[in-house]
Amino acid sequence: MGFLLETIIGGLMAGVLYSLIALGFVLIFKASGVFNFAQGAMVLFAALAMARFAEWIPQWLGFESALLANALGFIVALALMIVVAWAVERFVLSGLVNQSGVTLLMATLGIAYFLDGFGQTLFGSEIYRLDIGIPKDPVIVADGWFEGGLLISREDVFAASIAGALVVALTVFFHSTAVGRALRAVADDHQAAQSIGIPLGRIWVIVWSIAGFVALVAGMIWGSKLGVQFSLSLVALKAFPVVILGGLTSIPGAIVGGLIIGMGEKLSEVYLGPLLGGGIEIWFAYVLALLFLLVRPQGLFGEKIIDRV
Amino acid sequence: MIYRENGQFKTNYLSDQQILPIRQDRIAIALLLIVAAVIVPLTATEYLFSAILVPFLVLSLAALGLNVLVGYCGQISLGTGAFMAIGAYAAFNFHTRIDGFPLLLSLLMGGACATVFGVLFGIPSLRIRGLYLAVATLAAQFFADWAFLRIRWLTNHSSSGSVSAGRLELFGLPIDTPAQRYLLCLAFVVVFAVLVKNLVRGAIGREWMAIRDMDVAATVIGIRPTYAKLSAFAVSSFIVGVAGALWGFVHLGSWEPAAFGIERSLQLLFMVIIGGLGSIMGAFFGAAFIVILPIFLSQFPAWLGLPLSTTAAAHLEAMIFGVLIVFFLIVEPHGLARLWSTGKEKLRLWPFPH
Amino acid sequence: MKFRSLALSTAVLAAGLATALPAPDARAAAEQFFPALVFRTGAYAPNGAPWADGYIDYLKLVNARGGINGVKISFEECETGYATDRGVECYERLKGKNGGATVFQPLSTGITFALTEKAPVDRIPVITAGYGLSESADGGVFGWNFPITGVHWASADMQVQYIAQREGGFDRLKGKKITLLYHDSPYGKEAIPVLEARAAMHGFQFNAIPVTHPGVEQKSAWLQIRQNRPDYVLLWGWGVMNPTALKEAQATGFSREKVIGHWPSGGEPDVADLGNAAKGYSAVVLQPAAAHDSQVVEEILSKVHAKGQGTGPKEAVGQMLYMRGVVSAMIGVEGVRRAQERFGKGKVMTGEQVRWGLENLALDQPALDALGFAGVLRPIHTSCVDHMGGAWGRVQTWDGSRWVPSGTWFQADEQLLKPMIRKGADKYAENRKIERRSPQACQD
Repeated sequence: MGFLLETIIGGLMAGVLYSLIALGFVLIFKASGVFNFAQGAMVLFAALAMARFAEWIPQWLGFESALLANALGFIVALALMIVVAWAVERFVLSGLVNQSGVTLLMATLGIAYFLDGFGQTLFGSEIYRLDIGIPKDPVIVADGWFEGGLLISREDVFAASIAGALVVALTVFFHSTAVGRALRAVADDHQAAQSIGIPLGRIWVIVWSIAGFVALVAGMIWGSKLGVQFSLSLVALKAFPVVILGGLTSIPGAIVGGLIIGMGEKLSEVYLGPLLGGGIEIWFAYVLALLFLLVRPQGLFGEKIIDRV
Repeated sequence: MIYRENGQFKTNYLSDQQILPIRQDRIAIALLLIVAAVIVPLTATEYLFSAILVPFLVLSLAALGLNVLVGYCGQISLGTGAFMAIGAYAAFNFHTRIDGFPLLLSLLMGGACATVFGVLFGIPSLRIRGLYLAVATLAAQFFADWAFLRIRWLTNHSSSGSVSAGRLELFGLPIDTPAQRYLLCLAFVVVFAVLVKNLVRGAIGREWMAIRDMDVAATVIGIRPTYAKLSAFAVSSFIVGVAGALWGFVHLGSWEPAAFGIERSLQLLFMVIIGGLGSIMGAFFGAAFIVILPIFLSQFPAWLGLPLSTTAAAHLEAMIFGVLIVFFLIVEPHGLARLWSTGKEKLRLWPFPH
Repeated sequence: MKFRSLALSTAVLAAGLATALPAPDARAAAEQFFPALVFRTGAYAPNGAPWADGYIDYLKLVNARGGINGVKISFEECETGYATDRGVECYERLKGKNGGATVFQPLSTGITFALTEKAPVDRIPVITAGYGLSESADGGVFGWNFPITGVHWASADMQVQYIAQREGGFDRLKGKKITLLYHDSPYGKEAIPVLEARAAMHGFQFNAIPVTHPGVEQKSAWLQIRQNRPDYVLLWGWGVMNPTALKEAQATGFSREKVIGHWPSGGEPDVADLGNAAKGYSAVVLQPAAAHDSQVVEEILSKVHAKGQGTGPKEAVGQMLYMRGVVSAMIGVEGVRRAQERFGKGKVMTGEQVRWGLENLALDQPALDALGFAGVLRPIHTSCVDHMGGAWGRVQTWDGSRWVPSGTWFQADEQLLKPMIRKGADKYAENRKIERRSPQACQD
């Protein structure tokens, strides 16, 4: 029983981390209708920028404080992501207005290749350390109730709280600020939004910058967990089932989807896995999402797809 | 002027319905086939065969299959690597387990097994659409990746999990030299290209295109979406399965499941989109672009004499690749095939202005 | 605009097609050409880059020493990114260049499999020092594969020997639990046959947990390990899977001292990020281990790096993966030297001649010491049937900042491995309808 609880808690935490990446997808899809295959590459690029600048800035400016180095690294990386967002809007999106979804998908794949190569050219292709001070040792609770106690990973709790705070902040942003309302208007209907005077280009830059910020936070957390190197961009593959399960256009969907996928994944691997020889996590997540989609083809919280003939 | 159709009148339905109604087209294709089948085997170097022509042919076959699904029927699929893997492993099992099983038949049976799974994984397309379907097909991809590593029967209980095709023989003739392998692939590609061209010109092709354009309207006029979508998955997976079998048997010789991973699926989708959705030529253009460009980019700095390390060259290759993809998508979102037909259109008038 | 874009696109495509023309070959053909299939990008770059640096640095050192009996070495790197089809393309491009490739060393299981098919046709030996297909140690069936210094089965065997040593004897293994955490690929699965055999022999419980490539997701694996509470976890990862495993071990409170790796999981990139968190983690590495104090490292630093010709950072010289690259290059060079003894000193050797050289290597300790490998390598003796030449290994333990090798040498148990290798090779030969090489064939 204790072990079951441990697995569920571990799964939920992992799920929150996936939703962190899924958020980036949802944000961009909501506002510009593009499925951003480059989100993984953006996570890698942002994490590389932060890790390297946190290493270089103390050397250039000559101080020792890790906290200040990390903070400055974060700010510089954020600025870099805003530049990336601007460049994407200026060179890619504006040239592909009104194209089909698949074309835009392929364009984001092209951006992904470019960011992978560019990031590694600028910052290098080794494993880099990103230490934001998250405690890595676990904490064992409820020793008396369960044999061996329940393992709670402090790193995961930390990450989950940061992710949770981010989600709350984003939801508040979307609902209560003028920019947020403009973003929702653009997500609803590009042409109508343009006709009431919302500048589409600028909105896209803002959206991609926010997605870049989310990618940076995700990169920071995953990077401190795994070390910053190329495979970080492959973590995005784990976020796809989350996105389609929750619905491509819904932020709460990304969270709920993440929790479901995370929990489902871990439970399947630990209990079903040994029967099948192990390693079933990744396809189980996709199959789970697929099964949900068969019941609700637009995802749990997504917009219903209505065809007019 | 070159492309004038002046004077080429058709006097019966049969000649009006041929695949290449314009004489210049027929001459061009005939010349191309002569060059490909006779001149290239006699003059090309081994490197050209093994590293450029054979991968180009096999991948264009796979892109052809994927184009049927994505370009003609509008169902985005990211699980193509899985179907290639199924084709390759199925062909391997037929080839190795049954003594004396003809090579041609094992390749085709590989395609047939891929068809079965293609239809199975195509069933969700009846309910799920668009980008949701694309991500759902990744389930097929990862499941296949796992299955070929875990289910030992599929790899003939090889201790390492990697399989090899061994010596290839077609009707008693050995397929050893690169030129022979090239001709085998060329034969497959030509036959399948003609088959697919005829399929898409026929009733079923029109059903696919109707579903692609507006599936609700298609259903209203009486096209059964189940039949159309599943037949698209079936035909597409068959071709992709045969291409996978050829990739494993002829190009790699010995392979492990990672050879058919998600990078392969994305690569094929690239080919189809850059080449042009919904066109047979597009599959070839896209395959040529994706096969030749990385090789060109990796050797290009050396020609210019730039002293780049291999790491920098590899990263530069990725960057230029990404930029070129975005460039081509902006310049011609309908793909290289559209550029080609625009060119042909201009050739009809050239050198006259109108 | 349309016409301009049309013209521009045509130009790009035409330039691309020009690749079809063979590139001009400017180098003289009187040099021994060593192509280097490396991966400095991709998910496994941190492990591939030091190996490549070591390989190229040793070749430069040989040139600085005067070449192989006066024959200089030319080399060229080709980036494979650990992908099989790129490896095949690199092979095809480089096999005929500069007078013909001498040997190929892919450092990747997938590429090794593909090259095992092609190398016999092109008659170029493939050296897979410490990796590749374990059965390829049998030279009677695998005439062109050379897993000199050891194979994965030897690594697994030595890990069990090390555990037995820690426990106080093989009889103490009965009832213990050993879990194998492996990279879900043909490389990772290589561990299983030997571990199962040993489990049957000594009575310990053995189970295997696979980790899907690239190995960043290991939470469920370590939760299972936490539940099973094994006495030892054998880590068979590659690339980012290794540091992730150790981090997850920390996150689930599993003592790192109970985690034992081998050479693919015992390199600096695997633990450098963790520092003290991985203290106590040990790895049983096939020779060579890290060797910062060895003579060959000093020579490389003084003759190559001091002249500004070093490949890669100076700090990496002497690390375990770097030394593996050095030893791989050394084996190739010694194969050429041995071939020259029979086919003509001071001449460029063909692939076939080098194969003979690799099959007749007789590097005893004085010869190795003279080359600068004292304390790094044990003697290597190959033969027509034995392409492995002896499998020795040492334990190295991470002390928080560097790998500390221990003094004792382990040797893989020939009694266990020889029959397994023979059986595997026979099965391969039967499947592929290859005949075992006759003693006559060995003399050529």
